[in-house]
Formats: sequence, structure tokens, C-alpha cells
Amino acid sequence: MITGNFEYHQPGSIPEAVALLSKLGDDARVIAGGHSLIPTMKLRLAMPEHLIDLQAVKELKKISVSGGEICIGAMTTQAELIASDELHKAAPIVRETSLQIADPQVRYMGTIGGNVANGDPGNDMPALMQCLNANFTLSGPDGERTVNAREFYEAAYFTARDDLEILTEIRFPTCTGGYAYEKQKRKIGDYATAAAAVLLTKSGDSCESASIALTNLADTPVYCEEASQQLVSNGLGDDSVKSAVASAMGQIDPVDDNRGPAEFKRHAAAIILRKAIQQAWARA
Amino acid sequence: MSATAESVQERRAALKGLGTSRKRVEDARFTQGKGNYVDDIKLPDMLFGDFVRSQHAHARVKSIDTSAAMELPGVIAVLTAKDLEPLNLHWMPTLAGDKQMVLADGKVLFQGQEIAFVIAEDRYIAADAVDLVKVEFEELPVLVDPFKAELPDAPILREDIADEKEGAHGARRHPNHIFTWEQGDKAATESVLSEADVVAEEMVYYHRTHPCPMETCGSVASMDKVNGKLTLWGTFQAPHVVRTVASLLSGIAEHNIRVVSPDIGGGFGNKVGVYPGYVCSIVASIVTGKPVKWVEDRMENLSATAFARDYWMQGKIAATKDGKITGLWCHTTADHGAFDACADPTKYPAGFMSICTGSYDIPTAYLAVDGIYTNKAPGGVAYRCSFRVTEAAYFIERMIEVLAIKLNMDAAELRAKNFIRKDQFPYQSALGWEYDSGDYHTAWEKALESVGYSKLREEQAQRVEDFKAGKTRKLMGIGLCHFTEIVGAGPVKNCDILGMGMFDSCEIRIHPTGSALARLGTISQGQGHATTFAQILATEIGISADDITIEEGDTDTAPYGLGTYGSRSTPVAGAATAMAGRKIRAKAQMIAAYLLEVHDNDIEWEVDRFVVKGAPEKFKTMKEIAYASYNQAIPGVEPGLEAVSYYDPPNMTYPFGAYVCVMDVDVDTGVSDIRQFYALDDCGTRINPMIIEGQVHGGLTEALAIALGQEIAYDELGNIKTGTLMDFFIPTSWETPNYETDFTETPSPHHPIGAKGVGESPNVGGVPAFSNAINDAFRAFGLTHTHMPHDHWRIWKTANELGLHADS
Ligand SMILES: Cc1cc2nc3c(=O)[nH]c(=O)nc-3n(C[C@H](O)[C@H](O)[C@H](O)COP(=O)(O)OP(=O)(O)OC[C@H]3O[C@@H](n4cnc5c(N)ncnc54)[C@H](O)[C@@H]3O)c2cc1C
Repeated sequence: MITGNFEYHQPGSIPEAVALLSKLGDDARVIAGGHSLIPTMKLRLAMPEHLIDLQAVKELKKISVSGGEICIGAMTTQAELIASDELHKAAPIVRETSLQIADPQVRYMGTIGGNVANGDPGNDMPALMQCLNANFTLSGPDGERTVNAREFYEAAYFTARDDLEILTEIRFPTCTGGYAYEKQKRKIGDYATAAAAVLLTKSGDSCESASIALTNLADTPVYCEEASQQLVSNGLGDDSVKSAVASAMGQIDPVDDNRGPAEFKRHAAAIILRKAIQQAWARA
Repeated sequence: MSATAESVQERRAALKGLGTSRKRVEDARFTQGKGNYVDDIKLPDMLFGDFVRSQHAHARVKSIDTSAAMELPGVIAVLTAKDLEPLNLHWMPTLAGDKQMVLADGKVLFQGQEIAFVIAEDRYIAADAVDLVKVEFEELPVLVDPFKAELPDAPILREDIADEKEGAHGARRHPNHIFTWEQGDKAATESVLSEADVVAEEMVYYHRTHPCPMETCGSVASMDKVNGKLTLWGTFQAPHVVRTVASLLSGIAEHNIRVVSPDIGGGFGNKVGVYPGYVCSIVASIVTGKPVKWVEDRMENLSATAFARDYWMQGKIAATKDGKITGLWCHTTADHGAFDACADPTKYPAGFMSICTGSYDIPTAYLAVDGIYTNKAPGGVAYRCSFRVTEAAYFIERMIEVLAIKLNMDAAELRAKNFIRKDQFPYQSALGWEYDSGDYHTAWEKALESVGYSKLREEQAQRVEDFKAGKTRKLMGIGLCHFTEIVGAGPVKNCDILGMGMFDSCEIRIHPTGSALARLGTISQGQGHATTFAQILATEIGISADDITIEEGDTDTAPYGLGTYGSRSTPVAGAATAMAGRKIRAKAQMIAAYLLEVHDNDIEWEVDRFVVKGAPEKFKTMKEIAYASYNQAIPGVEPGLEAVSYYDPPNMTYPFGAYVCVMDVDVDTGVSDIRQFYALDDCGTRINPMIIEGQVHGGLTEALAIALGQEIAYDELGNIKTGTLMDFFIPTSWETPNYETDFTETPSPHHPIGAKGVGESPNVGGVPAFSNAINDAFRAFGLTHTHMPHDHWRIWKTANELGLHADS
């Protein structure tokens, strides 16, 4: 449980970090909170020769809300997301989700940027970002670009981020209406057996907008566009919810692991999603 | 008159003796991070060892190339079996009479097995060097299922003993078979079964798990080549045994070996055995002439040091129509892994599994245990239980439930109907034990009344109605357990480990100013010995517990003892403490009589002093006596005030308890929620109620872990699937319910202070209580038994198989 050898770098700005990453190339990895990366390094599944630590890059640590848009710096920790009342007012689902990640010790270190850039299907933030329709800002040798969360995840640990790019910030619209992040896990500190992020807005009795995304039920987060659309078209009656859930379940592809066989996860996922939809609707 | 009475009380309270909830004296250092554990030991020029381990569960080792590792700067040596062979240390004896490879000798038999030991200047270099050792394997077929061990196509695991027809515990019928151990009357039991009104049968599996103490195993060996002395610090639950074994193995004279167990961060049985790391650190220190530290990491601890349980218990229980049990039959298939490294007394290869008749008066019984080799880590230790007692308790407490279902009877009533009655003690069990004392009916009634048992059953029946009506998806389970433990091993005539009788010891030195030092052969791993043993002594010798230092764990200073496991410290070393205290008091009486100028028989003991009978104003306190013992010439009495006692207990002690667990179980998600947990423990005389409560809370939480998710699981290739704490369940405060503790007090008649031991009861009784609650939740839907661990998906699977997901 001891990592391989590596050189440690601590750039002070985004351009400096990008330049270092370009220079060191494949042999280098960016480190944020280290709570996904260091365990893999201790198992020697990852043996980067250079670690570029982003903790001194001040501009990556921020939360701002203005003009209906939220902007969060990649190095903002999960604990900071939880602590921000401004963020809670603008998008309460972020605190609800963050509180279900790991335990307080992990959350003091783990960052939103590391969580979404990691590409681990077990991470909770990626589905949340898809649900929020977030945009990720990436900075690389060729400048800056934006990728939408719903297009970012390609396979487990494979994302649209180029190896030489750094994720700098995350932007998404403020939320109105109801929300829920429901997660089933075996214990505190565990990744999801199944989890669902749901945002709903209500107009009278009908559903004005809906957004659903799922965690750890495929090799990427699962954005459920059709299920979301069904709720908007057919409302929140029992049959409609049932068929929306069924549609979402059509998109998942869970695997057998210590949390249980795929068959169980499908069942649990349906229950969790239905609970999340009901909770979000009750709050809308 | 009342003034003296009060002052007697005050003086008694000031002693902080038996029955006082004295705060733990250890905690001042533990809570400040000031403990001194093995990994805190730092010696000049100390080197570090680390293992190259096998990724395969069964393979031939074709070659080991250490050259690249040796070239890494800072690497001192890389040991393989070839290097240990000339010393005859490439294999070592296990506690169970088998032998185990220290480093792979031609083949590996489980994933994680030790292949080479790298010695380097620091642990980082050692870890890098481990990666550079190249091992060439030839994979062999893997055996993970003990029921396939004797099939014609089964691979032969232990080629070293393949032809040996006799093992340490009798005949072997197959190269993969270790022993068959039988107790009781087979023919009589079979005839009872064949003639019984009712027979309930079940296969009860107690899965493989691991003690997983917070501190992993480790050692620091330091060979002083000048004076020829070896000092060995380590995570040892039995330091004296380690010294003797080390001497026998290494040929170093026993007086030249000093073994020290410093603070130990939890043991739970994991630290009873001898591990290759200890041997390698010793050899490495002898070879290099420098101190060598070895400390395993969490994954090594979970995958290579001793596991617990893994018993497949096939049971049959016979009864009359109205529920009087007439016979019990059990055949156990015990998966011992690659080497038989169980920590059991020599004559008991399946430990005290024969306590499996439990709290019940069962006239006829038979038990057979088959030990089997598989490609899994060795072990089979008593994880917070006396040897295999938790397996036995789980077995009988499940069988009772299964029988209750068959009889269509309430399980609480069935228990009460079959308890051994108070007037039957001392009770001779069908499998050969003599239960010392008990009052099961009183405890049981108290428990049922405290939880409002009949109301709970009514609520449960209503819940079933509501579930059937579609009003809820949660079922309710009531988990009952009445367990009887057998602890305090034990009488030397029956119990030894590697030939060493299982007595224990205490040596007391009273200082001239009236404070004391007591040393014991045991070693605390968090049980609070420094607190409780001082309390036993305080009551015996009238010196405040605060003025008594307790020392354990250093073989150069502590008297010989067999160590701490199997809830034996209080029953055995606690008894030695009381007996040594009584010797002190006997001498003190002679001194006091001399000082008071009366005959020995004219004075009597009162709390902290000897008082002249009929003249309460004439007395000598223990403090005064201590001073006089050193400083006054007393005719016919040697100076000083010291005593030693080596205590060989006449019998085991039999703590018992009544537990009730109430759970809600969500049939869709498989999530269980413990609503209530009531634990009544009877551990005889209660030394420190607060420590008892702490032990009960801790033991119950470990029981919860085992019942609800904690397991060491292997895939069909022998890969360990639960090698990290992400998958190996350790409950946090979040998963831990509130526990209500309660007690009755039935002293042991043969123990000097009547104490029976409590450290392991909650684990022994807790596991069946949690498991019975899960099983009971589904009883109304036709379930008789489902295996642990009851994690979400297995509960879901049970519900699914019962058809409870039909319309969800
Ligand atoms: C015990 C435990 C339990 C956990 N449970 C959960 C859980 O329930 N849910 C959950 O979601 N997570 C969980 N985690 C993971 C935790 O949230 C991590 O902190 C998070 O996944 C990664 O964030 P980090 O800041 O620690 O990133 P790091 O570990 O530092 O990095 C993760 C990866 O992202 C890359 N990276 C980091 N930042 C950037 C960036 N700005 N630009 C480009 N690449 C970047 C790194 O190179 C690395 O590949 C758990 C972790 C532990 C140790």
C-alpha cells in the first residue's frame, strides 16, 4: 500500500498548470483531493511519474451564483459545496448529493473537479451534473473549450477530456422546482448500489420540465432523456411514473459485483428512481 | 454505630474494587494518541521487511528472480524459502499441529501467500523492491469448495503430506482431508432421530470472516549479536507462548529471548497465531545484525492473516410433538484453508464446538467435524469468541428456530420449554461438558418482559396483514437468542496449546508505602485489564485500585501465562489475581496479629484492614502492614510482601445471556433497520459494570457486522473479493443501533470471585439474534432458513425467491 515514486509539482496558476501538463505529457497526472487517485496509486494500478497538484491554483476554488447561472471552480471541495448557503439556495440538490458522498473526512479532501473528471461510474457527481445539464470548462494547450456533462462520459475512466487538458470550472443553471438525490449504499463511505438524481418543475398539476440521471448502473452515468420527457408529456400519475421508470431501466446496464447481481441492482434502481421522482415532485 | 458503618462504606468505595464503574486508566493515553504500538517502535539502524505475495491461489513456483530487486539502492537482502531451508525455518509448526510454509516452498496454496521477504533501509524502498521480484508461476487447478475436496478430480493441495494417513488429530481419509472429530453418541442419536415425533433439518452456514483489528499484525525483531539476546516486539495475544515457540524453532535458549507485546490495537483472535512475518523479521535480524520491522497493511491483514468461522453445519434436531427436544445431530464441514492454523487447544481440533447443545437440556447428541484443506488463507481463529463457540451458538439458535417453525410453535416458548433448569446445575451435557451455573428461565423471562414480547408479536402479525394488503413493503423480524458460552480455557488436564497447559498467573509486589504492582501472564488488547485486574486486587487486599499498577506483556518481567483470547483472562488470570491477593492477605494477617499483639485468629479482615475481634478501635490497615513487612523484624516471618499464583482452573465458566433484536426489513431494497436491541448478559460476578457495557456494545457491533455483511469471499479461482474495507464491512456509528443492556448475576461456583468473563458473549449471542431477526421477518411467508451475511442483495434474493416481488 505504498505508491510508486513520483515527482511532485505545485503550479500556482491555470496557465502554469496547463504548461506543465503539456510538457510532462503522458507521464503526468493532475491531483486534486487525491481521494480517488491516491488509492489507485497505493495499489500501484496507477504509477504516474509526475503529480501536478492543483491546490495552490487559487482561481480553481470558487462558488459563484449570478444571472441564473452557477459557476464552481474545479478545486472546490465537497465539504465546501455542502457549507455554501448561496449554492444551497440556488441548487439544493448539490448539498443533498454531496452529503451522500463517502464520509466527512473524504469530503474535506475530495473536490467536485476530481469527482467529475475521474470518470468512475461509482462517483455521484457525474450523474448529478448530467441532471443539472452542466457544462465543463476544459483548459489545454490549444486553449479553452466547453463540453456538456451529457456528452462527457465515454466509458469507465474514459471521458471527452484530453489528457493534456485540465478541468477548470463547472457551470449550470440555477434550479427551481423539486429535486432529489436518492442513493442506496451498503454503509457510510460506500459507493452507490444504485442512485438517482431528479429535477422536476411543476406548473399547476402538470410537469413542466424533468431531468433524470442515474449513478453506478452502467459504465458511465446514465442521462435518461426519454424518461424525463415522458414525465413532462404524461405527468406524474402512477402509470406515467411506472413507464418513465421502465424507460430509464431500459437504459441501464449494471454489472454483478459485491453489491449484488445485476438483477438485484435493476430492481433496487427502479425503487430508488421511483422514490426520487416522488420526492422531487413532493418538493416541486 | 452508624458512623462506623458509614465509614466502612466510604472505605470500601475508596478502594474502587469489585462492582465499581471505574473509568479505564488506559484511556488517558489512548484518547490522546499516546499509546505505544508495534509500529511506534523505532530503533537505531532499523530495517524494514515487506513480502512478495502470490497473486494465484494455487500454482507451482517455477522460479524466483530477485536480481533486479537486489540492485535497487537500499535493498539489503531478499529471503526466499531456499535461504530459510538451511535453518529449517522455511516451514513452521501451526498451533493446530500442522505445519505452514513461511515462504513458498515450491508452490503456493492461497492468494496472498508469502513468497519472498525483502529487507530494505526503509519501507518505501522495500515496497519498490517487492515489485521488482519476478516470480514465474505454473497455475494449478484451484479448490475453493470444501465439498469438492474429495472428488476424484480434486487437485491435491498439500503434496508435502499427501501420503500421510495420520494427522495431528487422527486418521485422514484423503490428501485434502485434515481430520474427523467426533463427540457424543452417534448410534443413540440416530435412533432418537429415527423414532422422534418431529425432526427438523437444516444446513446452517457460518461464513468466512475476519477479526480485522484496527491495528494490523507486525513485529520488530532485534538480535543483539554481542550478548546473544533476541528481543521481539509484536502484536501477540500470547507473548509467553511466542517466546517458547521462538526458542523451539530458532534454537535460541529461552532465557535469551525477550518477547514484548506493547499496546495492542485490538486482537479478536487475529493475533493469537504465529505468522511468517514474525519468523522472517527474526531471521532477517539474525542475518543482518540489525533490528527489522515488519508491519502488514490492511489488505495483507484481510487476505493472509487468520480468518474466522467458515463452518458448514448440517443439523438435525428431534423433538416430541409438544416441543420437548430429544436429540441433536450435527455434521460440520470445516473449511480450514491451505494449512490447519486454527488456534484451538490441542485436544480440540474443532474448539469447543461441542457446546452446540446450547442452553438446552438435550439428552442425546452427536457431533462430527471434518476439517478440509482448500486454496484459501489459513486460520480458523476464535474471532471474539471462545474456540468455535460462536459457530456452536449460531448453529443451535438457528436449529431452535427451524424446529419452532416445524412445530408451528412460538420460538420463545420452545426455548423456555427446553432450558436446563436452575436446579440441574452443575449440569452434565450430552457432549461432555459440565456447566457450572445458570438460571436461564429468570434471564429469559426478564428479557421477554423488558421488550414487551407478546406486544411485539402482535405488531408483527399486524404488519404481515398490512404487507399482504399492500399497505407496506417492510416486514418485521423478531430475533431471539439465548446463548451459553464456554470460556476460560482451561483446566490443564484438558487444555493445552502446543503442549503448554492453559493456566494463567499473577505476581504481586506490595511496596513499603502500601501501593502495589501486579503482573499477569495475559495481555490486554483493549479489554481494560489495567483497570479491572486492579479492581479485583483492591477488593482482595484493601489497597485502592488507583494505587495498583498492572503490567502485562513483557516476558522478562511478567509471569508465564497463556495469554488473552477466548474470554479467558478474567476466568483464569483474574482467578490467579484473587488467589495471589489472598496469599498476600494471609501473610498480612500474621504481621497484623504480631503488631496488635494478639493471636492470628483473634483478628478479622474488614475492607482494608485487620481488626481485633470485639475491639473495633484496634486495627492495622494494609498500608501499615505493608510498611511493617519491610521495616520491622517479625519473628518467623520473612520480610517483604509478595505473592505469586499460578492458577489452573478446575473447570470452564459458562456465561450466558438473552438477546432480542427487532428489525424492519424492506423486501424491495433489502435494507434492514434495527429498531431495538436488548442484551441481557449474565457473566457471574460483575467486576466493572461500565467496562462490561463497553464490551457488550463492541461485541454486538462486531456481531452486527458479521450477520449483516462482513465476509471474506473468494471467486472460483480463489481470488479474494473482499480484500479492502470498501467491501469488507466494518460498521461505523451510523450503522450501529442503540443497545439496551441488562443483566442477571449468577456467580460461577468454582471461580474465586465468581466471575465468568464477558468479552465474547455479545459476539456469540449477537450473531444469532441479528440473523434470527432477518429469518423471522420472512417466517410468515414460508422461509425456514437463509444464510448469512444478510446484506442487501441476499435479503432481496430471499424475498424474491419467496415471490414477494410479484407485483412491484
Ligand atoms: C472511502 C472513500 C469513499 C468514497 N465514496 C464516494 C462516494 O460515495 N461517492 C463519490 O462520488 N465519491 C466517493 N469517493 C471518491 C471521492 O469523492 C473523491 O474525492 C473523488 O472521486 C475524486 O476527487 P478528488 O478531488 O479526490 O480527485 P483526485 O483523486 O485527486 O483525482 C481523481 C482523478 O481526476 C483527475 N483530476 C482531478 N482533478 C482534475 C482536474 N481539475 N482536471 C483534470 N483532471 C482532474 C485526476 O488526475 C485523477 O485521475 C470516495 C473516496 C473514498 C476514499
